[in-house]
Amino acid sequence: MVNPDEPADFVSQSADPAELAQFAQHARHWWDREGPFAPLHRINPARMDYIRNQAIQRLRLRGGLQPLAGLKALDIGCGGGLVAEPLARLGAETMGIDLVADSIIAAKHHAQGQDLPLTYRVASAEELAAAGEVFDLVTCLEVVEHVATPSAFLATVASLVRPGGVLVLSTLNRNLASLALGKIAAEYVLRWVPAGTHDWRKFLRPSELAAPVRASGMQVVDVTGLNLHPLYGWQARGPALVNYLMTAVKPGDV
Amino acid sequence: MSISKFPHHDVAVVGAGLAGLTLALALARSGMHIALIERQSPDQLAAVEVDGRTTALAASARVVLEDIGVWHRLEPYGGPILDIRVTDRASPLHIHFAHAAVGDDPMGHIVENHILRRELLAALAAEPTLTAYWQQSVTAFDGAGDGSGATATLTLDSGTIIQAPLVAAADGRGSALRRMAGIGVRASDYHETAIVCTAYHEHSHDGIAHERFLSGGPFAILPMLDNAAGQYRSSIVWTENRSLAEHLLTVPKPRFERELARRFGDFLGQVTVPGEVWSYPLSVVVAKRLTGPRLVLVGEAAHGMHPIAGQGFNVSMRDIVGLRDAVTGASLAGQDHGSPMVLSAYARKRWPDIWAMVAATDGLNRLFRTDLPPVALARRLGLASVNRLPLLKRQFQRHAMGMLPFGR
Repeated sequence: MVNPDEPADFVSQSADPAELAQFAQHARHWWDREGPFAPLHRINPARMDYIRNQAIQRLRLRGGLQPLAGLKALDIGCGGGLVAEPLARLGAETMGIDLVADSIIAAKHHAQGQDLPLTYRVASAEELAAAGEVFDLVTCLEVVEHVATPSAFLATVASLVRPGGVLVLSTLNRNLASLALGKIAAEYVLRWVPAGTHDWRKFLRPSELAAPVRASGMQVVDVTGLNLHPLYGWQARGPALVNYLMTAVKPGDV
Repeated sequence: MSISKFPHHDVAVVGAGLAGLTLALALARSGMHIALIERQSPDQLAAVEVDGRTTALAASARVVLEDIGVWHRLEPYGGPILDIRVTDRASPLHIHFAHAAVGDDPMGHIVENHILRRELLAALAAEPTLTAYWQQSVTAFDGAGDGSGATATLTLDSGTIIQAPLVAAADGRGSALRRMAGIGVRASDYHETAIVCTAYHEHSHDGIAHERFLSGGPFAILPMLDNAAGQYRSSIVWTENRSLAEHLLTVPKPRFERELARRFGDFLGQVTVPGEVWSYPLSVVVAKRLTGPRLVLVGEAAHGMHPIAGQGFNVSMRDIVGLRDAVTGASLAGQDHGSPMVLSAYARKRWPDIWAMVAATDGLNRLFRTDLPPVALARRLGLASVNRLPLLKRQFQRHAMGMLPFGR
């Protein structure tokens, strides 16, 4: 399904019109914690913990309440800013990009008055890459499974990381567990996300996610599952059963 | 993004009582930028004339104070409680808690409130991320509508405007902020008044606290540290029917001392009260909600309870730790620490403990107030049997020491 050698189609590689329409329909609900994106709000603290810890470890940061101060961060497919806003709060000069204009409007609206080092743009990863922009930290969470040609897209994403920088990805594994839990249970039984949110055939196994990243000259340094603990809630620890996170670093001076 | 024209803080703490000072210190020590707003001046806060009470710092409170680096300042002023003796009127049956039953440390320490405040203020002065707004009151609170806005706005009577993603109301039982936020209370008046004074006595108390259940209400003798002149002293919390208490407050000192001695007994020799006598009407006040839009109630603004078991401050300490952990946990993950998600999780965790302590102190007080013969008999047998059941007693004791907060 994933072919790292697939030629990059400049327009369609990250823009799947049907997928974008699906998100546009719900854009104004990004920050409604009880709305269609409620599951993202629930897993978000665990995702952010993971990003924070990986950034501190890989970039040899000092920790504290603003460990990312002085860094440039990019969140690709930022939606309403559920990841970009926390990155800015952790101190990074952050840019969030998304192809859905309504999502960028929602993100800008939510950031108003917060005094965060945060900018949002309706832009594709390809546009930024073409402009030669690079970042210390690039995040791209729950996006790849919505993209038409993941391998080309991931190559572009990797090119946005400066040498020595860090890339954090997340997606859903493609196995029977994720078909049962990530697709059928989440969309039709528990109704955590709107039906039709995901196409299970587009989910990626960790090896499939890692291959194009490695092909772009990055080292995959961590794969961690995002799992629901019966007592402590969502946690970034354990095996990549359904949702999982991956960290890659680009060789170079930290 | 636009730069706001008002000073921006991570948390605005309103009220510099014991809860407010401790909360501000705990948050500042975690690296957060704190605004502390207080209508009095630091000198007024630390004056002994204003507040004659003492606070029983349970072992669990000590752990928190150690954690925020202030215990070493307080320890020299803390009278250790080595033993607690609980008796019911003149009944010979009693319950006796010795600290050796649960470990080597004292069960708690008695510290004068004005000293607690003085030392907390001194510790706060060294915090670079704290800005204090002394002698200013909040005249308006705007929680950004339903809390969906990014910051709450406080307007002070000085005209200063302060913005923060979270406001902590630590302004006491009669919390003005709670009222401004439209949060109601469940309240009940005990029709009792606590008479508080420092009693000097001829013999050492040996670190023993006494809790006596008299017909007027509980009468506590709390072992204070000897004063600078080496005199033995205990803090008295004497609960009495309100009309009798008001009368006792007007009688000449020798008469007051005689009334005190009748209840205190002569086991420590002659008892005198050279200093001031304070009084506090007793009531229970519990806020209907712990949080509002970008607002959280802590300490007595959330729960004022009967002082019967000396638990009020210990419950407040658990508010403070819970809030500190919720707020720093959210901040470490880059989350909005004043968001409804963080606040509702905090409230869910705190309610069981708060209600358990309110109910326990209320229930204890009602139980020991009655003279109805069957209840009185059951009560005495109960005390005696608790005393004979070491396991149950240890369990009680751990609760009183704050080692087993309810609902954790």
